[in-house]
Amino acid sequence: MQFTAPQFKQNAARALVDPQLQKALNNVEKGFIAKRAAAAAALPEFDALRDNGRDIKNHTLAHLDLYLEAYEAKVKEAGGQVHWAEGAEDARQIVLDICRRTGARTVTKGKSMITEEINLNEFLEAQGIEPVETDLGEYIIQLRGEHPSHIIAPAVHLNKEQVEEDFRRVHTHLPASRDLTAPETLLAEARQVLRARYFQADIGITGANFLIAETGTSVIVTNEGNGDLTQSLPRVHIVVASIEKIVPTLEDCSQILRVLARSATGQDISVYTTFSTGPRRDEDPDGPEEYHVILLDNGRTAMLGSEFQDMLRCIRCGACMNHCPVYHAVGGHAYGSVYPGPMGAVLTPSLFGVDQSGHLPNASTFCGRCESVCPMRIPLPKMMRHWREREFERHLNPATARYGLGVWAFFAKRPKLYRSLTGIGARMLNMIGGAKGRISSLPLASGWTRHRDLPAPEGKTFTEQWAARQAAGKGA
Amino acid sequence: MSIEASGKPRVGLFATCLVDLFRPSVGFAAAKLIEEAGCEVHVPLAQTCCGQPAYNSGDTKDTREIARQVIEVFEGFDYVVAPSGSCGAMLKKHYPDLFKGDAKWEARCRRFSNKVFELVSFLTDVRGMTGVAARLDKSVTYHDSCSGLRELGIAQQPRQLLSTVEGLKLKEMAGSDVCCGFGGTFCVKYSDISATIVSKKTATISATGADMLLAGDMGCLMNMAGKLKREGSAMEVRHVAEVLAGMTDNRPIAGSGK
Repeated sequence: MQFTAPQFKQNAARALVDPQLQKALNNVEKGFIAKRAAAAAALPEFDALRDNGRDIKNHTLAHLDLYLEAYEAKVKEAGGQVHWAEGAEDARQIVLDICRRTGARTVTKGKSMITEEINLNEFLEAQGIEPVETDLGEYIIQLRGEHPSHIIAPAVHLNKEQVEEDFRRVHTHLPASRDLTAPETLLAEARQVLRARYFQADIGITGANFLIAETGTSVIVTNEGNGDLTQSLPRVHIVVASIEKIVPTLEDCSQILRVLARSATGQDISVYTTFSTGPRRDEDPDGPEEYHVILLDNGRTAMLGSEFQDMLRCIRCGACMNHCPVYHAVGGHAYGSVYPGPMGAVLTPSLFGVDQSGHLPNASTFCGRCESVCPMRIPLPKMMRHWREREFERHLNPATARYGLGVWAFFAKRPKLYRSLTGIGARMLNMIGGAKGRISSLPLASGWTRHRDLPAPEGKTFTEQWAARQAAGKGA
Repeated sequence: MSIEASGKPRVGLFATCLVDLFRPSVGFAAAKLIEEAGCEVHVPLAQTCCGQPAYNSGDTKDTREIARQVIEVFEGFDYVVAPSGSCGAMLKKHYPDLFKGDAKWEARCRRFSNKVFELVSFLTDVRGMTGVAARLDKSVTYHDSCSGLRELGIAQQPRQLLSTVEGLKLKEMAGSDVCCGFGGTFCVKYSDISATIVSKKTATISATGADMLLAGDMGCLMNMAGKLKREGSAMEVRHVAEVLAGMTDNRPIAGSGK
């Protein structure tokens, strides 16, 4: 996708005045939160499972090299192949090589954020290979030439009228008189159109929610079954996954699965949870002839051992964005990167540089709701603050903000000066506020008064009044 | 513990910069409540701010300098109490992070931070206060400020104390735990996003039909009060300490009426 994180403010400004988007975001806010809360409440050991998941991931990250090697050996043992990709370009080239060797023209895809991260679709199209998204949400946004606005609900920013319009525009082989008003009819039509595409495909590409070192297995969770058809019908299955997806054992995977869907959609477990180990064996009734795993680094190893390592625990459930007031206000596209919301605010600067993505970790109220719902207990606000520290160290934040902060800190460190200044400020603002006790326009505070009144001070500062009372011997 | 001749614990009141400048009555209400909880109140004049604006802007050097100053000024008290979950969490939870690995300051900061409490949790959790002697014949709704709620676990304590205010009726708003969009410098740096968030908040506040909005943090209160008044709301806005102390005769935050 086009990287527009540097234009976050402009993106957000557009999103804030888009009534259709605001309506759709309202549904995110209402739906996902209540469902997660109910699922968590129904499982007494939910928080213990979160601790457990965090511990499993921390252990894995501490020994990542060993588990990756073990995983590779197991994949080979099962007849599959592992390809190591340092960056996006390497990963794309590996996919292309497999496509060229097998003469592939059409590639079906299960929903995968990692292929968004490496811009795989645009790349394949440029090489004359047609990628077909098979997840309903992904299919819809592909028709529209858009990108996901949410990591688990890619088309959450759209309503069904928009989808109907797109289907009528693209599915011209179907009768114009057909009724597409109900969500079910839209779903049935997409299913019918996509069925044919599965059989045309030469290669199926999926991501992976987990890679299991113990068995060399890749795991995908879906609700539509499209992932299964994507990876079992074509002759070749390619898994593209980043290196932190690894967990040591099947048992570890099933532990974390217990919090994944509950955190994401409020389901006890997703409708399909599919484990794939190697290509089709002789006795198998179906399955691909070739099974490839592309292990992508793309900046992850640089996060290991840094203050951002905890971010590598992320299992991409989307709970943080579902609970984020900023995401609710601007939606996923405003973030201008593959990963929106609080997790994106930490991950995007790691992947694309904080010089380009500085807005994202700054555009947070630090309300902490993301951390409070994260199944992997990732301290998201703390890591956003670390990015702000890096920015400050490198003088990347605006000069005016820096200067203002410097002036403020100068006074904050000099209590006597500070007191005389605030004393003057309190009186002046009190005067401006007048009898109403509020200020509706203050040029120096226009960021505030553009949208709200500024409550005026009561008069003298607290410390002044307290000191005066003490001096008069009145106490409190 | 340096309990004085009075036999009462000595509390250093960290008034917070917003209370000091914008709402001194909250400082006096806090002082009254702390005294009612059997403590002696002291207000060191060398206090300025907890350093959050610098901390959240990534300026750790200035934050450390300010933190050392706060610790020096307040470490002599038995307790340090702030009428703000946000500043309280800064002193209690974030200061120790600032001095991790600092041979001179780590333990000293830890000792200091252990003595810090947000006002309402100090009254209830530390001093065992279960009720107040106040009266207010109004309906109120209570906003859970993010830091107090999620960093210090303050939710039930203010409601418990409010339930003992004679005549007061609590009308809960939908999503009382949802951020109001203040976020310190966020509200100025991302003014338009903040405005959208606070608009949603004021809609749920107004929907309660309560006479008064309460919260435990001046930042959130100024944001919500400023928005309510801009929208023409007549709702009174106050810090929860003012109601608990029975000090509600003065002008509400951002004035009264529409």
